[in-house]
Amino acid sequence: MKKIISTFLLALCTLVLSMAVVAAEVEVKLVIENHRFQPEIVNVPAGQKIKLVIENRDATPEEFESHPLNREKVIPAKSTATVYVGPLAAGSYPFVGEFNQKTAKGIIVAQ
Amino acid sequence: MFGTALIVFREVLEAALIIGVIAAATKGIPARGYWLFGGILLGLAGSAIVAASMKGIAQFADGIGQEIFNASILGVAVLMLAWHSIWMAGHGRALATEARAVGGAIREGQRTLSVLLVVVAVAVLREGAETVLFLYGVALSGSSSLVEMMVGGVSGIAGGVAVGVTLYLGLLRIPLRWFFTVTTALVLLLAAGMAAQAARFLVQADLLPSLKSPLWDVSSVLPNESAFGAVLHGLVGYDAHPAGIQVVFYVVVVVAVAIAAGMQWVKSINTGSKK
Repeated sequence: MKKIISTFLLALCTLVLSMAVVAAEVEVKLVIENHRFQPEIVNVPAGQKIKLVIENRDATPEEFESHPLNREKVIPAKSTATVYVGPLAAGSYPFVGEFNQKTAKGIIVAQ
Repeated sequence: MFGTALIVFREVLEAALIIGVIAAATKGIPARGYWLFGGILLGLAGSAIVAASMKGIAQFADGIGQEIFNASILGVAVLMLAWHSIWMAGHGRALATEARAVGGAIREGQRTLSVLLVVVAVAVLREGAETVLFLYGVALSGSSSLVEMMVGGVSGIAGGVAVGVTLYLGLLRIPLRWFFTVTTALVLLLAAGMAAQAARFLVQADLLPSLKSPLWDVSSVLPNESAFGAVLHGLVGYDAHPAGIQVVFYVVVVVAVAIAAGMQWVKSINTGSKK
């Protein structure tokens, strides 16, 4: 039994390591101000890992949330956070600021 | 006000579902009420502390401190739930047949309760901290009056608690023969779902490869944000478009804990028949 488990774990580690391809990442900056994202339409290349650097200039915390991207992260007031997404297939991926959904909306367009 | 209630409800829901399952899974263990309640209180105190120190947490480790923090406390909860599943596999029969008698089981029952107290506290802490931050933002922005905010917050919490209580009462109606099998399986799936969530945070922080993301996408059939999708997410870790690594974490936890629990179960049958 132990042998089976350790073989399985070994195979898993190999898989994880081999899949950790060193892909060049694209850095994209986003700003939250007055409960709005700036820019609201974010163009990114498809098929590449994206490093989203989000700066919250408001005095209130915000939660970056995207169901299509499967991401959620609280960004405290007056601070900057990093969220990695992708590599993405070509398409549109809406996101919102969950704490201010009426105004904080945006779309990531991968092409 | 309605918006406030809805967001608070969604945050509370996940914790309420977890507590509902745990309350049912510990049926028959004496003094569990104190433990569960203690877990909730600890979690509430913790969420205030986490919310207050969110800025420090967020800036820790190059802006990925929040992911590391979330993944770590989820990891702790997974270990605790796994331990409980394995323990129940060995003692569920005794609890079901001899009710609350067995002296040794009571002492050990207290141990499983202390483990589950941590899970309850962690569940409340994670969702609670986000709720506190959200309400703090609402209060600061002055977009709604204090009364509106309070009404929204309280009705959101009440809604979440109501779902948790309904789940608990529903689980209690399961016939005793099946009861511990069902609740132990639910606890196992809860653990697997949390492991998958931890994996998602680690991918978000770029600490783990996603191994193809998404591995599949059924969001057109049952989206995460739908009511049923949200309940399934809280209960068994449903995700409409998981990354490959999330599925790996989920399956590894289910298989590993099921094997260990199965071995305990066989052992308990063997020792039981020797008497």
